[in-house]
Amino acid sequence: MIRIEPRNTNFAVFTYGVPILSAFVALILASIPLWLAGAPILISYVEMAKGVFGSKFAFSEMLTRATPLMFTGLAAALAFRAKLWNIGAEGQLYLGAMAAVAIGTGYIEAPAFILLPLIIAFGCAAGSVGMVVPAILKTRYGADEVVTTLLLNFIIIIFLQYMLEGPLKDPMGLGWPQSSPILDQGMLPPLMERMRVHSGLVIAIVCALIAQFMLARSVWGFKLRAVGENVFAARHAGIKVNHTILGAAAISGALAGMAGVSEVAGLKGYLTSDLSPGFGYAGIIVAMLAGLSPIGVVISALFIASVFVGADSMSRAMGVSSYLADLVVSTSLLCVLIGGFFGRFKLVRTNLEGKN
Amino acid sequence: MIEIFQILLSESFWAASLRIATPLIFGVLGALICEKSGVLNLGIEGIFVAGAMAGWMAVWLGAGLWGGVVVAAIAGGFFGLIHAILTVPLGLSQHVSGLGVTLFATSVSYFSYRTALPNVSSPPRIEPFRPLEIPILSELPFIGSVLFQQTALTWLALLMVGVVWYLMNRTGLGVAIKAVGDNPNSVDAQGLSVYGLRIGAIVAGSALMALGGAFLTMSAFDAFFFGMVNGRGWICIALVIFASWKPGKALLGALLFGAFDALQVRMQTEVGAKVPSQVFLAAPYILSIVALVIVARRAEYPRALLTPWFKGQR
Repeated sequence: MIRIEPRNTNFAVFTYGVPILSAFVALILASIPLWLAGAPILISYVEMAKGVFGSKFAFSEMLTRATPLMFTGLAAALAFRAKLWNIGAEGQLYLGAMAAVAIGTGYIEAPAFILLPLIIAFGCAAGSVGMVVPAILKTRYGADEVVTTLLLNFIIIIFLQYMLEGPLKDPMGLGWPQSSPILDQGMLPPLMERMRVHSGLVIAIVCALIAQFMLARSVWGFKLRAVGENVFAARHAGIKVNHTILGAAAISGALAGMAGVSEVAGLKGYLTSDLSPGFGYAGIIVAMLAGLSPIGVVISALFIASVFVGADSMSRAMGVSSYLADLVVSTSLLCVLIGGFFGRFKLVRTNLEGKN
Repeated sequence: MIEIFQILLSESFWAASLRIATPLIFGVLGALICEKSGVLNLGIEGIFVAGAMAGWMAVWLGAGLWGGVVVAAIAGGFFGLIHAILTVPLGLSQHVSGLGVTLFATSVSYFSYRTALPNVSSPPRIEPFRPLEIPILSELPFIGSVLFQQTALTWLALLMVGVVWYLMNRTGLGVAIKAVGDNPNSVDAQGLSVYGLRIGAIVAGSALMALGGAFLTMSAFDAFFFGMVNGRGWICIALVIFASWKPGKALLGALLFGAFDALQVRMQTEVGAKVPSQVFLAAPYILSIVALVIVARRAEYPRALLTPWFKGQR
């Protein structure tokens, strides 16, 4: 017989080793679909690496792709720490983006140092509302937030289509369902000459540092972790559980909203209904791969972005479907889950009586 | 108002309601079996995609329609097994594992579809299930055109409602599945395998879910499209709470939902000019949330739902 026992010690090797190993295993497993698709495997991996590290431009594209993933990854990580299952980052991202274009396309004419903070504030607030509502439905009525946030994603995207065909539609857009461009002074400044990577990346990293500090050192962070780890104990200790959950929801939604602001005001300039190729859902994987640590989110967002950008460029070169990237990313989630299990538990061989 | 009554009295409206409800019936029944055994299966959305893709692909490759149904069920069972291994013996977070399975099943399906058909602009079509016309009965007014012109898969869905009800309420296996979702220790004390029951329930439930997906590509439409599942799986997760884990109520919930969806499509053509079409498009999702909020407090979740169980630990 085999029995599962928790490990008594928490090895650093497992904390850091498991996610890295899982990422590698997922990349190696990608050779199976590559082989099935009939692509030369080694050359495909080389193409993938070239797509990320092959040039300064390629690398900057990876950083550009990592930026929204850091925000949605942080959104998931903070909520999950409080056992609040925010699966609605995709919708909250679009709420943030809609607020950004509502404010930034000429509604307010102001210099950059006023307009840009306003855009960010409104974007974050909109995203925040998108998560506070399901959190209230959870704390007040007991409605499972997994289902409500998932369904809200669909509702928000339909609302977005309405806004892009109506109130937010660009009158100069030749009939396309897209918003007017954000004013120049409302755009997040680029980080490098002639590259698309923008200062949203810096904001994301600063957010991660603040989140890491707050989670580890502040009373707020302590309450959040306490609620996530044992809600009964937290309540017994006098922590206002619902209050803490709503706070976590507000911050989580704001970060997801910021992903939308960063994409629309940092990269695209205007809003379309295909702004996000699933950044909200990928953020969950980023967070899990990071072991729900904010600093870890930065690193795992870089990895996931590398997979996406690398697989994109490889698929163009080799004629393999770019859905390979999604396959690698979702495999890495399953790998990190299994790996995390073996980090926390060990299998013990027992005799038939169930004794050691 | 008069238009609404006219719609409600029309045969085509009820036929459409039943058609829209069919994939949801499969999905809710599948989710019901999983959750009754104590495991939430958020892999449902991806399993729908996998069922839709695998079933369609099998028919396209010449397996025949019922061959496609079997292949879809096997695909669903396979992804269910992944979820089962992660959540039952390994006891990992059912939320995260389920989402992982959804993302994995979706990407496997999309990747396989694109790899099999790299350069098609319009998806190839198959010959889907035809309405099952039954002599005499199909001629009946109203009932005839609502019931007896549905495809075989709709009949299978209705049959499964009875089968699942019988299984859960009249067999020892059903009692064991319910017990393992309420109090796994008692099941273990009886000498039954908690792991075996839960894994079996998840695999069987997932196979049922996949049939919901297969209905989309093999009966409702005749081809596979990206994004065609469009949240139907998540709606099933809401409906199963609404149905308080009872097969009969699950059928009722799915039918109500189907009727509402069919009504919104028809209302859209009636009052389309005055109200933005998006209001109607969003209505089913909003309705699901409202239904969830109404029943959530009273919902009697299986007591061991979301709680992993390890052998030898109390």
